[in-house]
Amino acid sequence: MTTVRPTRDPAEPPATPGADDVVTVSDLSVTAGGHALVADVGFRIRAGERVGLIGESGSGKSLTALALMGLLPDGLHPSGSVRVAGVDAELVGADERTLSAVRGRDVAMVFQEPMTALNPTMRVGQQVAESLLIHRSGAQRDRRSTQAAAVELLDQVGVPDPAAAARAYPHQFSGGQRQRIVLAVALANDPALLICDEPTTALDVTVQARVLDLIVRGVEERRSAMLFITHDLAVVATACERVMVMYGGRIVEAGPVREVLTRPRHRYTQGLVGASDLSAVDDRGRLVTIPGTVPAAGRFPSGCVFRSRCTWADDTCSDLPPWTTTGPESGHACVHPASEEVTRG
Amino acid sequence: MADEPRGLGPDPDTGHDRGAAISVRDLRRHYRRPRTSLRQPAPVVEALRGVSFDVMPGEHFGIVGESGCGKSTLLRLLAGLDRATSGTVMVEGRDITRLPDRKLGFLRQRLQLVFQDPMGSLDPRMRVRDIVAEPLVAQGETGRDERVAELLEAVGLDRGAADRYPHQFSGGQRQRISIARALAPRPRIIVADEPVSALDVSVRAQVLNLIADLVDDLGLTLVFVSHDLSVVRHVCDRVAVVHDGQIVETGPTEQVYEDPQHPYTQTLINAVPTLEKALAGVTAADLARRPDTRKA
Repeated sequence: MTTVRPTRDPAEPPATPGADDVVTVSDLSVTAGGHALVADVGFRIRAGERVGLIGESGSGKSLTALALMGLLPDGLHPSGSVRVAGVDAELVGADERTLSAVRGRDVAMVFQEPMTALNPTMRVGQQVAESLLIHRSGAQRDRRSTQAAAVELLDQVGVPDPAAAARAYPHQFSGGQRQRIVLAVALANDPALLICDEPTTALDVTVQARVLDLIVRGVEERRSAMLFITHDLAVVATACERVMVMYGGRIVEAGPVREVLTRPRHRYTQGLVGASDLSAVDDRGRLVTIPGTVPAAGRFPSGCVFRSRCTWADDTCSDLPPWTTTGPESGHACVHPASEEVTRG
Repeated sequence: MADEPRGLGPDPDTGHDRGAAISVRDLRRHYRRPRTSLRQPAPVVEALRGVSFDVMPGEHFGIVGESGCGKSTLLRLLAGLDRATSGTVMVEGRDITRLPDRKLGFLRQRLQLVFQDPMGSLDPRMRVRDIVAEPLVAQGETGRDERVAELLEAVGLDRGAADRYPHQFSGGQRQRISIARALAPRPRIIVADEPVSALDVSVRAQVLNLIADLVDDLGLTLVFVSHDLSVVRHVCDRVAVVHDGQIVETGPTEQVYEDPQHPYTQTLINAVPTLEKALAGVTAADLARRPDTRKA
């Protein structure tokens, strides 16, 4: 049932698009000074669905997230379309008023560095309460009940002694506790979409496990959609149901986690899966690697973005490879895909 | 202990293994915190509470533990960058614990460090040539340019890299520069502190291969510190798990990984997410759970 579709719509929408979709992204591109940093990204995430976005540093994952939030730095220009359920406006190019009403209410984000995401001069309870108050008006803006709600949120994310914690400052907490507080701020308004940008990368393994558990439970309880950015394949496999692989600002492969990570079709995904497997070694005991390094932004080759590092690349790869649909929610953009046999798992 | 490697045997006076590259006995480091009361003495943090182990020449020894367990304190003591409160560290048979800084020259040549953050550990105002040559300058070696070119080649960078500055390189390349600098004085022991935890998976594999190649080719002793047990498993023959300033478990890496004895080691191994576990249906909640509540 392989059909060829234009690359501009990588994540094939589900059979019945619409009703349940929380976020619909199409043709999203980000350019800076004539270079495309993110190109033709499109996907949908349904309510309660957890989707991972994986790739190496410099592949455009974080820029995609910032574009969704309308938080791109000056000089970067988004184009295309981002629509979020419950918001009437188009988010790409929307004015600050519209965006600040959406941020933290409909779309919330958990950043990698919990110390820089929190205000060091503000008590953490106040910071959680602020995210509640800012989206309320009139009679709802009751300080006492908001403060109680903030303590309740801190309790939900497992901060010990939440009432006392609410009166403390960020520097008084460990990295894992701070990330819980950031999560409490993000979940305060039951966002329709939660974006997590490497939320556990800076944490110890046992702390990472607990924070991951809290994130997954938090979005499950709220039936929020989640976009989870990471370079750790094991984390994405643990936390997500579906995964999109990004390289050179393009989505090169997408599909259910099990399918993509056990039977990668795109050669880049195959390389990524090979390199993260620390138990697979060659006869000299050396790990599998992807040759070369990620090119600098804007220096990716034309055509297939991966062809400068791909051992299968030939002349046909100098044209942009079409998106090949391989299942209801999966596909890849590779003209020399790996065969379908199970390579792992 | 049964799994201790056999060297020349312990010295009857000190208990140190005489053949060991690094031999540590009952090492303690206490830090005094600022006083909180006029009437009470300043509180003391016991960062290391009696650590003993031996690393044999040519061995790949892993130290695993989480933030705050004391592994950085331990490294600083091994490298002669800090003073122990009590206990001894012997490097190649010489006690370095109470030597004054000016007598540590031999240690700086024999034992070199690779740090976690490849940006923070390279001076942004120095050219790569000077960064890599700095240990040679300190040792008073001549013919440095040739050696720098040779080192850059050994870590997979081209000779032209010598004229550039650290910010012009990616994280993985910077870590290669760090490794080249560590190898410059021809050390016999490399101590790597989380050398790959700031890197992407694909770059991580490249840097781990590089470290393995160099350590094998040059016959170095490797002390590899990480919070990631799966990386340590790939790199090290033997591992010590540090928790709360003490070694709670030590043994051959495979054995510790497959059959952890200490509850803390079990928690640590249980919490590591892997592709296999995730595909077998292990959820984030399962990883977070303490192993004692898990079915055996």
